[in-house]
Amino acid sequence: MTIRYLSDLKKGEEATILGFDPKSCKDIDFARDLEDRLLEIGFEEGLNVKILHEGPISRDPIAVRIGQMTVALRRMEAAAVRIYDGKP
Amino acid sequence: MANNSPDIKQDIKIALVGSPNCGKSSLFNSLTGSRQKVANYPGVTVERRSGKYTTADGKVITLIDLPGIYSLKDRTLDERVSRQVITGTHVSESQPDLLLCVADSTNLRVHLRLVLELKHLGLPIILALNMHDMAQRDDIRIDPEILSKELGVPVVTTIAVRRGSLDNLKSQLSRTLNDLPPKQESMPAPTTRELQQQARDIAARATLSEGSQHKITRQLDRLLLHPVFGILIFFITLFGMFQLVYFWAAAPMDLIEGGFTLLQGVISDILPDNWFRSLLNDGIIAGVGSVLVFLPQIIILFTFILILESTGYMARAAFIMDRTMAMVGLNGRAFIPLMSSFACAIPGIMATRTIEHHRDRITTIMIAPLMTCSARIPVYALLIGAVVPNKPIIFGLFGLQGMVLFGLYLIGIVSALIVAMVLKMTLTKGVAQPFLMELPKYQLPVFRHLMINLWERVKTFLRRAGTIILYAAIGLWLLAQYPKKPIGGLEPDIFYSYAGIMGRALQHIFAPLGFNWEMSIALIPGMAAREVAIGALGTVYALQGNEGQVEQSLRTIIQSSWSLPTAFAFLAWYIFAPQCLATLATVRRETNSWGWTAFMTGYLFALAYLAALAVNKATIALLA
Repeated sequence: MTIRYLSDLKKGEEATILGFDPKSCKDIDFARDLEDRLLEIGFEEGLNVKILHEGPISRDPIAVRIGQMTVALRRMEAAAVRIYDGKP
Repeated sequence: MANNSPDIKQDIKIALVGSPNCGKSSLFNSLTGSRQKVANYPGVTVERRSGKYTTADGKVITLIDLPGIYSLKDRTLDERVSRQVITGTHVSESQPDLLLCVADSTNLRVHLRLVLELKHLGLPIILALNMHDMAQRDDIRIDPEILSKELGVPVVTTIAVRRGSLDNLKSQLSRTLNDLPPKQESMPAPTTRELQQQARDIAARATLSEGSQHKITRQLDRLLLHPVFGILIFFITLFGMFQLVYFWAAAPMDLIEGGFTLLQGVISDILPDNWFRSLLNDGIIAGVGSVLVFLPQIIILFTFILILESTGYMARAAFIMDRTMAMVGLNGRAFIPLMSSFACAIPGIMATRTIEHHRDRITTIMIAPLMTCSARIPVYALLIGAVVPNKPIIFGLFGLQGMVLFGLYLIGIVSALIVAMVLKMTLTKGVAQPFLMELPKYQLPVFRHLMINLWERVKTFLRRAGTIILYAAIGLWLLAQYPKKPIGGLEPDIFYSYAGIMGRALQHIFAPLGFNWEMSIALIPGMAAREVAIGALGTVYALQGNEGQVEQSLRTIIQSSWSLPTAFAFLAWYIFAPQCLATLATVRRETNSWGWTAFMTGYLFALAYLAALAVNKATIALLA
């Protein structure tokens, strides 16, 4: 199985969160706190995510449905979320 | 604060704590009504909202509404202040006796994590499951009793926007307060991940039905975040907002202006012509009036911003603009404050509080005054009217005057973006900040809460801008009045005053820009507010008559005695110059730093000087 990230998904696509991989962000300082922030806002292993909307320029940022809420994030941040296709 | 001595407990204090978008502030508004006070925590720009609540059995309780937080990690100023208050380590705010945790019922899993983290502090807690109505509508069912057992704290359901729904909470408050358990030893909290796991387990046990995502939100977002229609709606909203800011404000502004003129007339009738009358009329009323006249615009602007915030649209606006703002290193949230600055930089700078990251906030504040505010319009209008012919261009679709005005706006915006980019590469350089934010459910604003918040913001504006402008008006009046004209002096009074002396000294500096001494003098009273410079020019040229006549004669004088390079340079000066003491005072308050205030003043004056110089020389070269 190839490793995929939330940032790879297109609008309308769904996946399940496998884990977090902040190291996949280029900027190490930026990534330091990212996992905790993602957890705090509601990202969690095993949850289903779906890309609901994409920003008007370069399809960035993205809005994803997670649980009962919608969270907006940039693709750069979404690159820290590892996913696998399909339902949990 | 005086009432905080640890041994004499004067009254009971409850802190409202919760994550952003849990409806905490609505609950606070419903409980306290208009009995609330908004101030700043000392030394930081975190708002301290406090209010009084009377229990059914007559106890008066202080409620404080802490800023919305996701955790107690000290990541942002808000989180730090909240953590300090809750843990009792804040310098001026004593530890609350009870925490009223507010959680969004439709998003229990996420909000419970904070509740679990707070439980480790050992303070008594009541949990309010808010937005109960929305949860029901989305078929989300939670058993408060199971939740209460699992958490070991009382749990009540609330609908913050409906005051009638708070009976459960109120009786629970009375019960808890009559038998307030003492604070227990605090324990270190486990990691975010462990808390998350616990929260998930508890939420799963207490949730009877999972329901679905808010349907209206889903449908509205499909339209409002649409790559084409979403953007269209966004710009129509902004355009409409500005139309109304100018359109609706026109009549009340005339009324305020008329009121001040009337007041000046009355004072002229009852007081003899002495220094006191002049201080009142030419100093205080003229100065304070010149700022207060913008109040209607500011009230309308605040109303729109509050509606955008309370409906949940603001987060969508940030989403739409994020990518564009990211090009100059800023965040989507910086857009609305900058937009507001087109009416007046002061509410714009105050609105930067929604930008959680300090460096991003500073950058936004630094560029806010470059947005063309309303006070520049009279200056622009006068000069354009005097020196730019109103001939049709581009097949008669546009007028040249309008195009020049538009150009001045555009130069302001482009300069702001360039300055932001340079700042982000130098002074405010740092790690990029995540954009990560929840897009809250759409909600109808509650009129009562809207009015309470509007009144709070207007009061803050009046207090901040009003006091500084009062002192500035008196100070500038003194400078313009004294010393008096010597007997036999040929020039107008102001020529001999301190302002005149300063202006004439400044003229040596301004000479390369083509400014004459009249203009240099007018810039000094013009520090009160940009459009005051027009009145000051009228004074320097010793013009008589009412405002309209003065403007008409000024136009003639500018046409006859200012050269084109001089007039253009003056316009260029006004794009950049920080000619407004109230804005500078607001920057000082909001950044809490003299350094940044000085930096802004310095860089804007430098830009103004260079731009005016360049425009002057370029026009001379073109005309040659």
